[in-house]
Amino acid sequence: MAQTSTASRDSIAVPEKMPATLTVNGVERKLKLAPWTTLLDALRDHLDLTGTKKGCDHGQCGACTVLLNGRRINSCLTLAVMHDGAKVTTIEGLATDDTLHALQQAFIDHDAFQCGYCTPGQICSAAGLIAEGKAKTADEIRELMSGNICRCGAYPNIVAAVNDAKTAMASPG
Amino acid sequence: MRPFSFESVTTANDAIAAGASGDGGMEFLAGGTTLIDLMKLDVMRPTRVVDINALARTELGRIDVQRQGLRLGALVRMAEAAEHADINTVYPAVAQSLRLAASQQIRNMASLAGNVLQRTRCPYFRDVSYEQCNKREPGSGCAALDGINRSHAVLGTSDQCIASYFPAQS
Repeated sequence: MAQTSTASRDSIAVPEKMPATLTVNGVERKLKLAPWTTLLDALRDHLDLTGTKKGCDHGQCGACTVLLNGRRINSCLTLAVMHDGAKVTTIEGLATDDTLHALQQAFIDHDAFQCGYCTPGQICSAAGLIAEGKAKTADEIRELMSGNICRCGAYPNIVAAVNDAKTAMASPG
Repeated sequence: MRPFSFESVTTANDAIAAGASGDGGMEFLAGGTTLIDLMKLDVMRPTRVVDINALARTELGRIDVQRQGLRLGALVRMAEAAEHADINTVYPAVAQSLRLAASQQIRNMASLAGNVLQRTRCPYFRDVSYEQCNKREPGSGCAALDGINRSHAVLGTSDQCIASYFPAQS
């Protein structure tokens, strides 16, 4: 997908925007983006999905966590144009019509947020954790959620919420 | 990030050709967890980025577990190897050490070869406001030498660099 004309050592011709089609929360979105647009910036700035947050922009805080083809990733450390054809789920895509996702309900029930800035990333990360199916104990939840930090210190309630949702999702109805 | 051109390759030969072009400004991109981090810090400044993730469909993405040895393809993700049932049975230390590294989000993205190709953690290397860094600008000096160097290397250092990690390219 090379786009540039000849590149000299001192300057490069700025590439034209490149196409990328992402299915975001079930909706196909056709984008034309500069290649250096991270997936995070594509979601926030180009698709107006500002639920996903830019915390550190370096993959250290987890506030930018989304699900890419069902797996949780830091959207700040990947380029949108790398993922043509991929499915992305953001915090905006978890609820079904008017029914909150089990994790969203659990975070409310357990008071698992104060300022709420880390919360979309926490919930998407927890959704990925539950899908991975590896965390059984509270300690394992803590370890596997260690990519998401919370400056407000809501951790005990976050762990309780994740545990609660995990149980609820394992036995639906 | 500075502007760059982006392309994807689907065969090893195309990747090799990109590497052989003599273009010093080319970098391969796999998981991106090191490259994009360092590009945002202006430490790495490729003008051409070549995405090799499609090569994970070849033997580069294969895991082969035998009693005599374990073969891990360069583009196997950290999480894939950590979760692989046979690796956990036959080579549990490999799986366990992967599980203890980074975060699950990073592990889902990061390739094993990229893991080995990570650059040093020296804070002076990672901060371009320090002009003296022989890794970034050969000949400019080493700011860590008489700076804050508490976590730097004890062995294998020189007056040119006391950073604590010497991967293949440094």
